[in-house]
Amino acid sequence: MTVQELIPSMELTVFHLAQPERPVAGGYAGDLLSWVISRAGQDCAWLTIMSNQNVAAVALMADVSCIILTEGVQPDADLLRRSREKAVNLLGTSLDTFSAACRLGKALA
Amino acid sequence: METIRLVYPVEGGDLIEAGEASSKMKLTLKKLGLPQDVIRRASICMYEGEINMVIHADGGQAEVEVEMDQIVIRMIDSGPGIPDVEQAMQEGYSTAGSTARELGFGAGMGLPNMKRYSDEMTIDTEVGKGTTVTVKIKIPQ
Ligand SMILES: Nc1ncnc2c1ncn2[C@@H]1O[C@H](COP(=O)(O)OP(=O)(O)OP(=O)(O)O)[C@@H](O)[C@H]1O
Ligand SMILES: [Mg+2]
Repeated sequence: MTVQELIPSMELTVFHLAQPERPVAGGYAGDLLSWVISRAGQDCAWLTIMSNQNVAAVALMADVSCIILTEGVQPDADLLRRSREKAVNLLGTSLDTFSAACRLGKALA
Repeated sequence: METIRLVYPVEGGDLIEAGEASSKMKLTLKKLGLPQDVIRRASICMYEGEINMVIHADGGQAEVEVEMDQIVIRMIDSGPGIPDVEQAMQEGYSTAGSTARELGFGAGMGLPNMKRYSDEMTIDTEVGKGTTVTVKIKIPQ
C-alpha cells in the first residue's frame, strides 16, 4: 500500500503530501523521539501527538513513510514548513492514537 | 574512491533548527549513491549525536569521512563532558531539562541508538573539557 492509498482508506487529513507513492510497510506509535528512532522501522507510518518541527527531522532520519498526527492535533507552523523543506509526508486524523492504530492495521491487513 | 571529508558546524542551544547538519549529510550520502540502509543508519547516528551536542554541550562540530568500506562520523564538542559514560549509555538515563523534554527529547535513548545503529562506537570524554563520540558504519561491498 502507498501513502496515497492510505489517505482515503483511513480518511486522513493531508497537511503536506510530498511523496505520495512511498510504500507503507507497517506502523509505529510514540512521542518520545529517540524511542521512535529506536523502534520505528523503515517505511512505517508514524502515529504521534507531537507537533513541533523536530518531528519532521526524525521522520526524515528514520525513513518513515509518513507522519500521522492523531487526536486532531494540528502541526505548528514550523513543522509544516520543515515538512515542505524536507519533502516529508505529513497527515492527520481526529481519531485517538489507539483507534488510528487499529484503522492502520486494518488498512494494511 | 578517494576518502570524502565533510564538516558540519552544529550550533548550541538552538533546538528548533537542530537536525540541519544531519539532513545535509543525508542528502550528500544519497548523492554519493550509498546503500539505503547505510544512509539510514549513518543519518540516525549523526542526528542523535547532533541533538546531544545541541542539548548537552552547547554545540560543536561533526566531521564525516566517507571511505571505500565505511563511514566514520566524529561528533566533537567542548562541552561539560560526561562524568560516567557507563551510566550515560544506559537506556533511560537522561539529564535533559524540561525544554528538551517538552519537545520529545530526553528519553535517554540517543547514545544507545548510536550504538545500535553503528558497527563501532567510542566515546572520548573529559569533564570540563568536552566529548568526542565516534561511530563507524560499514559499507557492505
Ligand atoms: N555531548 C555530550 N556532552 C555532555 N553530556 C552528554 C553528551 N551526550 C550525552 N550526554 C549525557 O548522556 C546522557 C544520555 O544521552 P542520550 O543521548 O542517551 O539521552 P538524552 O540525550 O538525555 O535523551 P534522548 O537522546 O533520548 O533524547 C545525557 O542525558 C547527558 O547527560
Ligand atoms: Mg540524546
